[in-house]
Amino acid sequence: MTTDTIATGQAGRFAIPLRYVPVAVTAGLLIAMFTVGGIRYEGFASGQVILNVFVDNAFLLVVGVGMTFVILAGGIDLSVGSVVALSTMITASLVTNQGWPAPMVIVLVLAIGAALGAGMGAIIHYFQVQPFIATLAGMFLARGLCYTIGTDSIPITDGLFTAFAQTRIDLFGEMWISPSVVIATVVVLIAAYVLHYTRLGRTVYAVGGSEQSALLMGLPVGRTKIAVYTISGLCSALGGILLSFYMLSGYGLHAVGMELDAIAAVVIGGTLLTGGSGYLLGTVLGILVLGLTQTIISFEGTLSSWWTRIFIGLLLFAFILLQRLIGARRT
Amino acid sequence: MSPVGNRALGALTRHRLFWPAMILVALLALNVVFTDNFLNVQMRDGHLYGSLIDILRFGAPLILVALGMTLVIATGGIDLSVGSVVAISGALACLQISELADQNAVGGVLSAIGLTLVVILALGAWNGFLVAVVGIQPIIATLILMVAGRGLAQLIADGQIITINSSPYKLIGGGYWLTLPFGILVVIALIALTAFLTRRLALGMFIESVGGNAEASRLSGIRSRGVLIVAYTFCGLCAGIAGLMISSNVSSADGNNAGLWIELDAILAVVIGGTSLAGGRFSLSGTVLGALIIQTLTTTIYSIGVPPETTLLFKALVVTIVCLLQSPAFRQKAFRWRRPVPPPPVPREGSSPPSAGVGAERQVREEDEPVREETVRNR
Amino acid sequence: MEQPAPIVRMSGIGKRFPGVKALDDVGFRLLPGEVHALMGENGAGKSTLIKVLTGVYGVDEGEIELAGEPVAFSSPSAAQQAGISTVYQEVNLCGNLSVAENIFVGREPRRWGRIQWREMRRRAEELIGGLDLHIDVSAPLASCSLAVQQMVAIARAVDIEAKVLILDEPTSSLDADEVAQLFRVMRRLKEKGIAILFVSHFLDQIYEISDRMTILRNGKLVGEYLTRELPQVDLIAKMIGRELADLEKLEGKPPARVAEPLVEASDLGRAGGVNPFTLTIRQGEVIGLAGLLGSGRTELARLLFGADHADSGSLRVEGRRVALRTPRAAMNQKIAFCSENRRAEGLVDELTVRENIVLALQAARGWSRPLPRRRQDELVAKYIAVLNIRPGDPEQPVRTLSGGNQQKVLLARWLIMEPRLLILDEPTRGIDVGAKAEIQRLVVELSDGGMAVLFISAELEEVLRLSHRVGVLRDRTLIAQLDNDDALTTDVLMQKIASGAPV
Repeated sequence: MTTDTIATGQAGRFAIPLRYVPVAVTAGLLIAMFTVGGIRYEGFASGQVILNVFVDNAFLLVVGVGMTFVILAGGIDLSVGSVVALSTMITASLVTNQGWPAPMVIVLVLAIGAALGAGMGAIIHYFQVQPFIATLAGMFLARGLCYTIGTDSIPITDGLFTAFAQTRIDLFGEMWISPSVVIATVVVLIAAYVLHYTRLGRTVYAVGGSEQSALLMGLPVGRTKIAVYTISGLCSALGGILLSFYMLSGYGLHAVGMELDAIAAVVIGGTLLTGGSGYLLGTVLGILVLGLTQTIISFEGTLSSWWTRIFIGLLLFAFILLQRLIGARRT
Repeated sequence: MSPVGNRALGALTRHRLFWPAMILVALLALNVVFTDNFLNVQMRDGHLYGSLIDILRFGAPLILVALGMTLVIATGGIDLSVGSVVAISGALACLQISELADQNAVGGVLSAIGLTLVVILALGAWNGFLVAVVGIQPIIATLILMVAGRGLAQLIADGQIITINSSPYKLIGGGYWLTLPFGILVVIALIALTAFLTRRLALGMFIESVGGNAEASRLSGIRSRGVLIVAYTFCGLCAGIAGLMISSNVSSADGNNAGLWIELDAILAVVIGGTSLAGGRFSLSGTVLGALIIQTLTTTIYSIGVPPETTLLFKALVVTIVCLLQSPAFRQKAFRWRRPVPPPPVPREGSSPPSAGVGAERQVREEDEPVREETVRNR
Repeated sequence: MEQPAPIVRMSGIGKRFPGVKALDDVGFRLLPGEVHALMGENGAGKSTLIKVLTGVYGVDEGEIELAGEPVAFSSPSAAQQAGISTVYQEVNLCGNLSVAENIFVGREPRRWGRIQWREMRRRAEELIGGLDLHIDVSAPLASCSLAVQQMVAIARAVDIEAKVLILDEPTSSLDADEVAQLFRVMRRLKEKGIAILFVSHFLDQIYEISDRMTILRNGKLVGEYLTRELPQVDLIAKMIGRELADLEKLEGKPPARVAEPLVEASDLGRAGGVNPFTLTIRQGEVIGLAGLLGSGRTELARLLFGADHADSGSLRVEGRRVALRTPRAAMNQKIAFCSENRRAEGLVDELTVRENIVLALQAARGWSRPLPRRRQDELVAKYIAVLNIRPGDPEQPVRTLSGGNQQKVLLARWLIMEPRLLILDEPTRGIDVGAKAEIQRLVVELSDGGMAVLFISAELEEVLRLSHRVGVLRDRTLIAQLDNDDALTTDVLMQKIASGAPV
């Protein structure tokens, strides 16, 4: 019985199970990027640089967690960016314009995000509408609601929000993180636990591997599919809350294209878009890669912002090619 | 109604273009109610004017992009990069024209357009290469160009919006020819070309075969790789031409905003038109209908006086309605109250069961074929 | 000895689909601790009966009782929970999960909501060991062979404490050793009192393993019989409702042929596919390929068709050297290949019968030279008649046809090309006896007409009945080429295949 390994290094001393290779490659790339940056730029080689990536992308990390669930189950969610923006808009308009207490608004926004997700999941499951189209409709709906609430940016001045925005949690050695990073980390840990230690998580993998088989095995496919979209909606809403901490405003044009960033992070992290294969750690690393790319470009200074897009495009290409080569070797 | 009439009505409503056509009619009707002279088409200065003409004119780029997208989706793929291709196309053309000594020189403009289209063809072929030869999933393969392409467009335009002043170029998107807006003529020509290639020639059958079962097609001697590359190249070309139209209409190129999200509208148009995202049978007329619905929707929103911010909401509504109506599961649950028309008695041997429209339930086969997994190859 | 009460009793079952009555007053009994075979041609209603029992479909008429209680399952999972488990032909499990997970997914052992992985692995090992299998339960299921995957599916069913186990065509892709193992497991399950419903086309296996059988024909019940009391001849007669004269007409070996070589393969081989082989196929000759699953028969055929690239050796067609790198190249040489995997590699479901039939012909012409519609209609009508494809409407989607008729559509696609060499890979697998006889007769006719045929089949009788020469493959090597004279029997072939095989 094969144990499905490829050996790296000379005498096959160092063998990684095949399924971990994509994540290992991403980790390797990350280390390489950090090393190159450290050599090339002053002040790059500090832990704070990495932590800053987390600080600046905490919201994307949470959204990425939700997207990972959906993609693992074999679906896709194009609505995440719009739900993030909607969350910021609802938050800002209720807190600033209507004066509602912040905690209540936060709970409401999370509920709305989850409800939207559940709705899309229900349409996808009960009416057999393709996830691409259903979540596209969700994206239009959420973005449309944003513009209906208001076309201009609404500032957030509430105490709780500004506190979250400005607080620094000091770690050892002059390094610091924001509270959002803590929230994001907690979300990642909870999600990883669910994926690996609960029946829901394993059913997600099963459905992503083969929905038809999962159905015939008697697994609760419908419930699981609706659950992953609900989780994604919830994570998008939470991501929106974190974004409002970060930007201190609600705006209909926030998070445009964020779904692409989330998908890119998931793909770079080694998760297959076909479903059933991948790890949450991969998504985390994927976001780190995206963030570090941004950092490098800003350190470079002379490069215009559009190089980021070109570079990320190239990076995606490289990773996909790698996944393809490894996949071809497996078969 | 008589049983024959009932069955005829049933067959009509089951036609996959029925509901989209109804939606378009409904939207047009709304417009008629809210806008005076909506259906009026006037001839002024030898040109046709009118709201209907406007819909066609402004919808032309979308129809083009959707046309190309139809072929790609029919092969079981998808092309997310068309928006970026639109931007690159406009930027390239405008850059070249802006560097011409005489921006009105037809020769110069034609060579600029020609060179642009060559580059666009290469980009389309690149997508096709990734999908057909390297074997990357279409959604990811085209995602690469989607992400990098905007950067490329910006790079070409050096971050600026290039403005030009060229009347030959202006013709494409903004001008008139033979009384009709030039853009409409381009669309008609391209629809005719596509229809000819796919239906009169065998390209359509090959595309549907590759989309239905790529390996079986290969083993039947179809050069699947070639078909895929042709489909993606054609899609890129359509997007490129649409990009020329869009930038010509405003005589400038905006690398950031040109064609933003047009891929989503195009995919929607294709799906509304009845082509399945899973690939296989496609319908050009369905796609055109779908694109017109989306364009009419935008117009309708303006004319009924609803704030334009709500455009997206209405789009969401229309998309949802059409997709639900096309879903057999939905129709079954929603229209349970309507008694199904009993089929005519079928003699035992050697004849086919009553034929059903595309949307109706499959005839169940009676044998021991293994349960087949419905694989969706892209989303 | 008194018979135990049936665990499953179905009575008066009726099921209609638009235009066809799939089951008409069918009754069926399954006793605990027996292996019961469900027999019938394609279209007889076996599949529908099972789907009705397992909750995939609802019944229009009739009742189902499980252990004496009336039941009506609304879904497969409901049936599963009640104790009826099904193992499908292509083993519907999740290949991306491990063996242990596949056994337990949805029911993983937990403590305070947290899955206990070690416990799960331990129990999985126990279960697998109980089936006399020794594998790494943490390995992904996709890395296991189909036979092992089936065992895992059975282990899952056993652990769910199934009272009824339905095995739907479990042996189609297994070799002789794996079938023997499966049967051992089935006997062990019998002893535990589990009732096993066994669906298969392999009559020998039915006779080896089943206790009783139920025969369906055209949606009606023909009868229920004790296996040992029903001779095979009578079984077939009841299944197809007509005399065996059709089949028996083909008894006797084909006359020997001396003709020009058509295709000569010298040391043609492909790493990982088939070791270099040398084979000469003469015009009008029928060459049968026999061997176990995985012995390289299909790989050999694919090399002759250009479906795969050869690493070594050369190929000559009518004396001229050719390099067949694509199916197109082979088609240009008038070689045709009818794949064994007709769903995945043969038919395009979306397209109509007509389009499927003309597909290869059109492909050979290229997309710029379409076949005129009139010509298409002519050709298609001709082959529908010749091959007796039913229903005969060329415009219906090919997916609505039964397996046997789909196979004929695929055949028509290649016959229309008028090839000089026709390669048939398992053309009669999984189709009913009547269609099987028609295809075999066709092969003889084509050969008489001068077409060379390479015929691959797992059924040795079939190979012997049709071939002038037989090639034997073992472990991806062509080990023998034998003339089909009177000395060649299935025993001789089986010995050739088995001799030297690893134990």
